[in-house]
Amino acid sequence: MADYLNTLVFGYYPYIALAVLVVGSVIRYDREPYTWRSGSSQLLRRKQLMWGSVMFHVGVLIVFFGHLVGLLTPIEIFDAMGISHAFKQLMAIVIGGVAGVMALVGATLLMHRRLFDARVRSTSTFSDNTVILILWFQLALGLATIPLSLGHLDGGEMVKFMTWAQGIFTFDPGAAAYVADVHPIFKLHLFLGLTIFLLFPFTRLVHMLSAPVRYLWRPGYQVVRSKRSTTGRASVSPAAE
Amino acid sequence: MKIRAQIGMVLNLDKCIGCHTCSVTCKNVWTSREGMEYAWFNNVETKPGVGYPKEWENQKRWNGGWERTGNGRIRPKMGPKWRILAKIFANPDLPEIDDYYEPFTFDYDHLQNAPELEATPTARPRSLITGERMEKIEWGPNWEEILGGEFSKRSKDYNFEGIEKDIYGAFENTFMMYLPRLCEHCLNPTCVAACPSGAIYKREEDGIVLIDQEKCRGWRMCVSGCPYKKIYYNWSTGKSEKCILCYPRIEVGQPTVCSETCVGRIRYLGVLLYDADCIEAAASENDPQNLYDAQLDVFLDPHDPAVIEQAKADGIPDAWLDAARKSPVYKMAMDWKVAFPLHPEYRTLPMVWYVPPLSPIQSAAEAGKLGVERDIPDVRSLRIPVRYLANMLTAGKEEPIVQGLERMLAMRGYMRSKTIEGVVDEAIAGQVGLTPGQIEDMYHVMAIANYEDRFVIPTSHREAGEDAYDLRGSCGFSFGNGCSDGMSETNLFGKPKRKKSIETPTEVF
Repeated sequence: MADYLNTLVFGYYPYIALAVLVVGSVIRYDREPYTWRSGSSQLLRRKQLMWGSVMFHVGVLIVFFGHLVGLLTPIEIFDAMGISHAFKQLMAIVIGGVAGVMALVGATLLMHRRLFDARVRSTSTFSDNTVILILWFQLALGLATIPLSLGHLDGGEMVKFMTWAQGIFTFDPGAAAYVADVHPIFKLHLFLGLTIFLLFPFTRLVHMLSAPVRYLWRPGYQVVRSKRSTTGRASVSPAAE
Repeated sequence: MKIRAQIGMVLNLDKCIGCHTCSVTCKNVWTSREGMEYAWFNNVETKPGVGYPKEWENQKRWNGGWERTGNGRIRPKMGPKWRILAKIFANPDLPEIDDYYEPFTFDYDHLQNAPELEATPTARPRSLITGERMEKIEWGPNWEEILGGEFSKRSKDYNFEGIEKDIYGAFENTFMMYLPRLCEHCLNPTCVAACPSGAIYKREEDGIVLIDQEKCRGWRMCVSGCPYKKIYYNWSTGKSEKCILCYPRIEVGQPTVCSETCVGRIRYLGVLLYDADCIEAAASENDPQNLYDAQLDVFLDPHDPAVIEQAKADGIPDAWLDAARKSPVYKMAMDWKVAFPLHPEYRTLPMVWYVPPLSPIQSAAEAGKLGVERDIPDVRSLRIPVRYLANMLTAGKEEPIVQGLERMLAMRGYMRSKTIEGVVDEAIAGQVGLTPGQIEDMYHVMAIANYEDRFVIPTSHREAGEDAYDLRGSCGFSFGNGCSDGMSETNLFGKPKRKKSIETPTEVF
């Protein structure tokens, strides 16, 4: 039974979650662009948002890219660069720990504001409330793994997660087995993470796909649309820099 | 030279009676929806006052508009692009809803359902955001109506810059005027420049600035970028919205709702031709006091054969060139120079212009000490200080305002002598640099203000750019998503319907 559950959650569930994430996001972007937004509530209440939002977002961005690079870079690359597993584990604990605490403090402020400020509460949807609660819980779980990781600083556990994650992306049929014997807190963290992927297209989280970094190299400042242009879409004119 | 045409607007403040008909009709058509209750695409302020939202003219506080940097170029006052992007998680330059006002309704239901009471039942206010009781309303969209409130608060008005304002707190010296405000549909809009998504754009064919509701992600930088604070964040949809210059009406040659319904007939709509290649240089002018003149230089003479030829080459339809020649906006801004841009120092090159109001002559003049310059009363003895108007309309440069006011006074003097005494006073026209013919034209357009003289709007030529066959059977005006509003209850991605805690009057009665 334990085996069956392990394969279901860490072998099949990742594909379900990722498929829903990709297909769901594409459908929403195509069919419901009007609902695609960040959903800021700063207009209604500035208090607690200034610190909360900045700390949460900066922390989460560091943690997210840390996981992305840490989990999906092939081990051979780290070995070739001469980065030992123990050193990588320590780096993950220190950087992830600091960023995680920052994100958790921010998320706490934002959650408090969302649930207890009359204006924000009454304009929040079920999904808004769920998202912040899940993210808070996920951050707490992530931080709760730090004491466990301190128990095995050689990086052996970490390598298990890397092999699992890379196994999922390379369609390794035995991927689930790599994480079969890790601590339940890790398992819960992984499961919740996959659930966030699953919920992603149905929540405000989609705004992260629209992170407007292209703004930095958009030519000029002004945007003019012409009906005469053959494409019929925006034509950017560098009229004023 | 790259010629483009724009529908511009002029508001003759001399005739504004502050009735708010423009605001109310606009509200009923465009912003009577959840999330936009607090937003007024058009609002009328009593000046002096801090306005709506509070202190919108104080760019030290809100960082709206452009600034000129040391190297002679301009950039949004919010900062360079990376700085704007850094404000995305929490924007320090964004007003809170209390700076506008918390929208409210009243318990109208109670008036009908109250049991028998000793006192008459009352309809007490309730917030339209939380649905909770509001004990006291602290601020509204027109809280300073006809000089409401203490002078000490109203006098934070930015336009008192460089004026000994204390004397205007005294009853004998007090003055006021109305300022109807809407989106300026600028030639150099900061909202467009500040939008990280690139969702805001200026339409090439008529200059209307719009927000693509499907592309807007709600980063809310445009709200801060606009120095006039005429972009509103819809807290319900998470998208920003703004005045659309009633483009569905403009496209078929009808005036905007605010213009159509103006009982004072103060609004004018007409075509202006401008050189798109000159915008950047004009907005980068070193001395803010020269920005008004710099913007005049961007406009092109629609009677000039070279301009007409180039305009045709740039694809401007003949009907638009014809309208440009008859444009009341061009006449007031360029020929007679009685209309001025609102706060040119923001470097946005605004396209909604204002004719400054005349005002009663100060008491000193009444006591026989009237400062009469030639045959026209000295405009500096008018009750509204010229400097105040100049701070609002020409970045503090008084000469153009003085000339504009004098021309309006000369028009009155000329027509008075013509209709009452039957004498054509050519001298009075000459004194202000106009011919009798021009004065009579001015009188016709500005005083009589017939409908067809106020609104010279050519229809848009969609057939030139679009294949109408593709549009066949498609949706008309909608809020994004084609025919869907993206809010249907069965839609997984749509926003679930909020439980309504309050009923609005339309639902009650």
